[in-house]
Amino acid sequence: MRTEIHISGLRKVYGQVTALDGLDLDIGEGELFGLLGPNGAGKTTTIGILTTRVLATSGTAVVAGRDVGKDPVGARRMIGVVPQRPNPDRSLLVGENLVFHATYFGIPRAEASRRTDALLEQLGLTDKKKAKADALSGGQQQRLMIARALIHEPRVLFLDEPTVGLDPQARLALWDVLRELHGQGRTIVMTTHYMEEADQLCDRVAIVDRGKLLALDTPSELKAKAPGETIIEVTLDRPLPDEPLSLAGVTRTEVRGPVVRAFAERAAAAVPSLLSFAESRGYAVKDIHLSKPSLETLFISLTGRKLA
Amino acid sequence: MNGKVFGALLLRDAIVARREIVALLVRTAFQPVLLVVVFGYVLPSMGMIPRGYATTMVPGVAALCLSMASLMSVAMPLVVDFGFTKEIEDRLLAPIATDLIAVEKVIVGALQGFVSAAIVLPLSYLVSGRAAGLSLSHPLLLIVVMLLTGAAFSSFGLWLGTVMQAQQMQVIISVIFVPMIMFGCVYYPWSGLEHLPVLKYAVLINPVVYASEGLRASLTPAVPHMPLVAIFGALLVSLAVLLSLGLRSFRKKAIT
Repeated sequence: MRTEIHISGLRKVYGQVTALDGLDLDIGEGELFGLLGPNGAGKTTTIGILTTRVLATSGTAVVAGRDVGKDPVGARRMIGVVPQRPNPDRSLLVGENLVFHATYFGIPRAEASRRTDALLEQLGLTDKKKAKADALSGGQQQRLMIARALIHEPRVLFLDEPTVGLDPQARLALWDVLRELHGQGRTIVMTTHYMEEADQLCDRVAIVDRGKLLALDTPSELKAKAPGETIIEVTLDRPLPDEPLSLAGVTRTEVRGPVVRAFAERAAAAVPSLLSFAESRGYAVKDIHLSKPSLETLFISLTGRKLA
Repeated sequence: MNGKVFGALLLRDAIVARREIVALLVRTAFQPVLLVVVFGYVLPSMGMIPRGYATTMVPGVAALCLSMASLMSVAMPLVVDFGFTKEIEDRLLAPIATDLIAVEKVIVGALQGFVSAAIVLPLSYLVSGRAAGLSLSHPLLLIVVMLLTGAAFSSFGLWLGTVMQAQQMQVIISVIFVPMIMFGCVYYPWSGLEHLPVLKYAVLINPVVYASEGLRASLTPAVPHMPLVAIFGALLVSLAVLLSLGLRSFRKKAIT
């Protein structure tokens, strides 16, 4: 597989904050690649650099043969971007958003109109062509953003948390669109903090946190690396001292403020002993959450924190 | 390629500007025309000020309209463009140098100012009873002064629109624009400040002065005005300074 995106030693520092701390990554042509991590992991910064909207502090990033730092204009010609929050040009109608975006890429008007109609059809927005961009629902706006990102037929498509804020139905519809685009052989890079999304859609997933790459593999390989234990998270009404607890049925525990994270082979045995521990010490249990071995438990074991 | 992209950006702004022309005129031309109604018609009819005052005031009011329209038509949309969702992003992703996107905004802003002033001028002329001494004998000078003033003030708008927040707008109008207008030789000619030497030289920092004097030089060449060399020199310096400030902050805002 040919490399379509090459990232090496990429760093970005904002004042005191290191958003990216030496990221190395290669993404192949035609891959649907996922960047998975919690808020603040550096996903959006990575996408920002790859799409020429953020200047890297150091390191290089090459997209479709163009160095984004040295030849941003060339790189822009190769990419389509779906932003985190839909940002249609609200001074223009829905159809005009697409026609104009195409002309910004030098596409003649007649061809731009033809492509606009085709994309509106493909994304189920034909009847909204003459609507104001503001009149669209969140899901429709997100689809408009995808149409806009595709109208100049870019080689690489970037989507930054494309399903945040969408209702489940719109989310599934968007997944279908992405699968279809992937089927056409386009390289797609998306960020998400939904495990399920990465698991369902991506060929390969990079788990990032605090600007560093923690793991990189196919979803099934990553899941195989997950600890074979269930994680039980109990939230108490007040913080408890940070010391390991010895409880029946629990392999080990981590305490963070009022949250006790217990790793156990069998949840059925661990839960009662956690509850009776809390009761005996006079704590009230506010919440209890079980995570089976999954990308999520892998993520927790790698980063020490939950995704969302 | 760059030319095509630039043309597409221009066309987008031209279409949006055409749709919003009424709003622009209400915002920028309405008040100047009313000023002329009061100072060029009502007060002279009451005998409170001489009829000839309109000759001084009409070029000043046209300059006021030109500069504020150029400034506002760039600054206001930019505040929205760089607001919460960064609406301008579809243009920032166009394959063209970021500076050219900003320059395109300046050109459109200057043209919008030009259109506003081109509407206010004849209206003011009619309202003020065809202000004595107003002449169109130097049309080329008038057009060049108007375009240069428009470009300087739309560059000012580029700068303000990329450094200020929407909430600060009201404060900026009161603290910056109002004194700029009052001390911009809009209502009186610069030569009239002869008796107030401190003020006469202090106002030279204000670019509105050169806009007003430039329009006086073009429309009422017989009335004393600042030398053309000074007007052009100062407008060019204003354009250079404001454009470079504007480009710098636009870049900063566009690429983090």
